[in-house]
Amino acid sequence: MNLQIHIEEGNDKSHVHLSGEIDVYTAPKLKDALIPLTSKQGNTIEVNLEQVKYMDSTGLGVFVNALKSSKENGSKLKLINLQDRVLRLFQITGLQEIMDINATIRGVNE
Amino acid sequence: MDTKSLNAQDYIDLVKAYVETQDEKTLYDAEQIAKSFIKNNILPEEIVNLHIQALLEIYPDLKDDIQASMKFLLEAMIMYGLAHQEYQQLREKQLEIKSEILVAARMQQMLLQSDIPKTEALDIGVISVPANQMNGDYHHFVKGKDGSIGIAIADIIGKGIPAALSMSMIKYAMDSFPENLMSTDTILASLNRVVERNVDPSMFITMFYAQYKPNTGKLYYSSAGHEPGFYYNSHSNNFEELEAKGLVLGVNPDTTYMQYELKLEKDDSIILLTDGVTECRREEQFIEREEVLEVIKHYIHLPAQEAVNQVYRHFERLQNFQLRDDFTLVILKKIV
Repeated sequence: MNLQIHIEEGNDKSHVHLSGEIDVYTAPKLKDALIPLTSKQGNTIEVNLEQVKYMDSTGLGVFVNALKSSKENGSKLKLINLQDRVLRLFQITGLQEIMDINATIRGVNE
Repeated sequence: MDTKSLNAQDYIDLVKAYVETQDEKTLYDAEQIAKSFIKNNILPEEIVNLHIQALLEIYPDLKDDIQASMKFLLEAMIMYGLAHQEYQQLREKQLEIKSEILVAARMQQMLLQSDIPKTEALDIGVISVPANQMNGDYHHFVKGKDGSIGIAIADIIGKGIPAALSMSMIKYAMDSFPENLMSTDTILASLNRVVERNVDPSMFITMFYAQYKPNTGKLYYSSAGHEPGFYYNSHSNNFEELEAKGLVLGVNPDTTYMQYELKLEKDDSIILLTDGVTECRREEQFIEREEVLEVIKHYIHLPAQEAVNQVYRHFERLQNFQLRDDFTLVILKKIV
């Protein structure tokens, strides 16, 4: 029930590495980390979810919030390396169609 | 008052006894008397004061410096006493808030209650169990003048009270639609605009809306990013996923939805659920969707209400079962 957030900030690109679980307890921490990044105009935020084994709908809410914030502020949000279970949430909710998601983990996912 | 002075003498006697015998039983008694002190709101500094009295009774010639040190301890404990009083006040306050939430939750339940419509066409069963006091799941039935039955099942994402409160908004929006004129896709599109304008950016709603028309035997449905339900074909004794694509409500104001249709035969069933059903956890393991389906299969032959009750009971019985999310399950069975 813990989430590690590691951020590498470049000039106009931020890499966010997440590890652990995104749920009702850890979602606020993720929100506090992501929203300032998406508020920077022209910034590209790449979130690596390879080490996220579990995410619930509250976590999904944080990404919806970040997506809205990136649209408002002219930044780009990109999710990469999603585990199947996490990817399924984005598929069911139709969010996959409107978000930049690259799910491939070494060819394991479709 | 009586118990207080009684306990005070007891304490002094106990200290005496322990100094003399140092036996375990006296220590146990100390524990008991401490509990009764707590119960009677005796402050820490009062206990230190008692201890000083006990010492003076046991050792009438207690050295001055020891006495002074005890006084020092007494002063130090006063701050603890204040903290303790504050804690008591917070506890009372918390109880107050808790009961207020309970009242709000009951009120919400009353406002949102949607009775199963009486119909010859369908046997309908529903169970909805909140994980916390306020339910973030929502279901709603509408019966049209032509006998059509509308069913909405929704999950409000974004936890807690604000999320639960936004459900009333959904209900009143839905009540204001001219139900008979609207198809499932336009209902979702209209709701989407209402939700998008009115919720916090991290909140959204998943909804599955179905409409059954008894005169044609057809089910029409649309999904706004909701956990797919199942269709049970009684003839082939098979379950199929009710596939429907669509974005969750509240993300993009211009979203449009698709309407799907399905012909139901006698004894066919439709199973609608929220992800609380599939997100049950057993220790560190998830309950897979297939497993949920197996359980539903086992009870599908029962009358709809009994079936949903049994499915819930099955999960409730599991060892270390813990509801992480609100649990809602609806079964519709075509009976004619």
